[in-house]
Amino acid sequence: MDLSAINPVVLTASLMVAATPILLAAIGELVVEKAGVLNLGVEGMMIIGAICGFAIAVETQSPLLGFIAAALGGAVLSMLFGFMTQVLLSNQVATGLALTLFGLGLSSLMGQSYVGIKAPSTPSLNLGPLSDLPVVGKILFSHDLMVYVSIAIIAGVWYMLRYTRTGLVLRAVGESHDAAHALGYKVIRIRLLAIGFGGACAGLGGAYLSLVRVPQWTEGMTAGAGWIALAIVVFASWKPWRVMIGAYLFGGITVLQLNLQAAGAKIPVELLSMSPYLITILVLVIISSDRRRAALSAPADLGKSFHASL
Amino acid sequence: MIRLEKRPSPSRAWTIATPLVAVALTMVAGSILFMILGKDPFAAIKTIFYDPLFHPDFAAFSRPQLLVKAGPLILIAIGLSMGFKAGIWNIGAEGQYIIGALAGAAVGLALYPAESFLIYPAMVIAGALGGWAWAMIPAILRTKFRTNEILVSLLLVYVAENILASAAVGWLRNPEGGGFPGSRNLSKWASSANPELISGTGMHWGVVAAFIAVILAYVVMSRHLLGFQIQLAGQAPRAARFAGVNPSRLVVLCLGISGMLAGMAGLFEVTGPAGQISIDFNSGYGFTAIIVAFLGRLNPIGILLAGLLMALTYIGGELAQFMLGLPAAAIQAFQGMLLFFLLGVDVLSNYRIRIGTGKAA
Repeated sequence: MDLSAINPVVLTASLMVAATPILLAAIGELVVEKAGVLNLGVEGMMIIGAICGFAIAVETQSPLLGFIAAALGGAVLSMLFGFMTQVLLSNQVATGLALTLFGLGLSSLMGQSYVGIKAPSTPSLNLGPLSDLPVVGKILFSHDLMVYVSIAIIAGVWYMLRYTRTGLVLRAVGESHDAAHALGYKVIRIRLLAIGFGGACAGLGGAYLSLVRVPQWTEGMTAGAGWIALAIVVFASWKPWRVMIGAYLFGGITVLQLNLQAAGAKIPVELLSMSPYLITILVLVIISSDRRRAALSAPADLGKSFHASL
Repeated sequence: MIRLEKRPSPSRAWTIATPLVAVALTMVAGSILFMILGKDPFAAIKTIFYDPLFHPDFAAFSRPQLLVKAGPLILIAIGLSMGFKAGIWNIGAEGQYIIGALAGAAVGLALYPAESFLIYPAMVIAGALGGWAWAMIPAILRTKFRTNEILVSLLLVYVAENILASAAVGWLRNPEGGGFPGSRNLSKWASSANPELISGTGMHWGVVAAFIAVILAYVVMSRHLLGFQIQLAGQAPRAARFAGVNPSRLVVLCLGISGMLAGMAGLFEVTGPAGQISIDFNSGYGFTAIIVAFLGRLNPIGILLAGLLMALTYIGGELAQFMLGLPAAAIQAFQGMLLFFLLGVDVLSNYRIRIGTGKAA
């Protein structure tokens, strides 16, 4: 094995790219869960975002329009979930699963004529002298726009939840929908908005996969990224900045195992490919075994249906 | 204005009617989907639901396929339904199915080329144990560390797929296969074959096991204390604890049973219809079984019917692919839609729809 083939600077830079899809999907899901809704359809919304973004970007040759279409696609699909769970009061776990199964099927149907096509390349931002800095410039300042947008979304969500009235209302709805309803807040409307935001973020994450990270369309290309995003929300104890730490940690593991595969490590390829999933499970176990922390940080009404009896 | 009013207890009539309504709605929505794809919707629906059973040219081939495809779906869904009823979400049946098939095939191949009627039962037991062991991972993590079993069981599917890949190209590869990935053909070795038992029906040991599982599940759920505890834990977890139901025991039992059945389904598949361990012998039955479990209202008899219907969409989908050029993915979307409609119309069995603004009496 030739470990010297692994360049730590390139590795760290590609870590941010590898982490961005999960980061986007996870921060969206965090807002949804803060509002007390458990949407297990992240995987389905991501893959729909991936194909919507890819198709529009190929047709218009504009990655930006692709990302907008992906956010819209994810949000539209999430409204299906929202309508079912909030208006028709269906079981959130089962509906989320249905969303994933349906999204996977629909996406491969939509993507039939896009297999094997190359996406228009998403340019890196030119940050002038910053990008030219040695090491730091390569790691931090030579990415495409979406990497910075994803960090901005994290900061925005953190600020919104912590310092604004909107954030307070959102948290109230998630902690006790009955109390929020009694105070006159529109529980269903607020939850629908949160679900839509989560869908848009998941869609963006999916499009980042198909437009930047891979950049191609293949069936089932999300390969569990949506589920890892769900796990990262738990890992982060529902705190925005920890979502970023979690996503970069898993991005790091993914990139490292790919690099080890490429460097011809003596570890079986299958073991390396399964390592991100195994480590996700391991981290979940460590986080949830801490009884107090797990109980304190989860929104109290997570996953419960709200039905106002008049 | 339309309001929903909670029923004191779910409506019996609607509980039976909702799956039928959902199937009807799916056919309508599916027709629209097929129309968008530029296919004649009536021809497509007829090809999927009618032709596999009654078409003069194809029915003879596709009718036996009904049981071949329904067998694993029913077997897995029966196990899943018990957990779902108790609020224990095993969504990693696909992984347990893979590991069961691998464990069973490994035991069989270790004894190759011996001839004995004991080999097949040993493989079935190994398959069941393999699936059980794989399901015990989320079960133990949930009971010991309160880790969410939904995420763990699902993530383990990807781990299982990687183990399958390493088996197909490495430790279970056919040494006489000329370097091609895939194990020896288990269905062509008398000791490990899972043949069609009655010719022309598609009946194999997996289908027999599925029927037995339906009967046992029916008895357990309606007559046994365990069935009562499962229903109680699902509907009123607090009441169940006061009534002396041990939640950890229930998690271990429900996940164990569903893992065991999924593992057996995998073994029956790999020794029969699939024939060998290959990198993609698993065809998503573990996920489709989730739809089957819900479509059957988590009731054993319902699952039997739902499994047959879902098998029909598989076969009809293949037929439509061949006859009308309908893409394979369309059927996957169609099956997903079915689950959506089912969960949506379920509101009718739990709530009354009231029109008007009048106050409830």
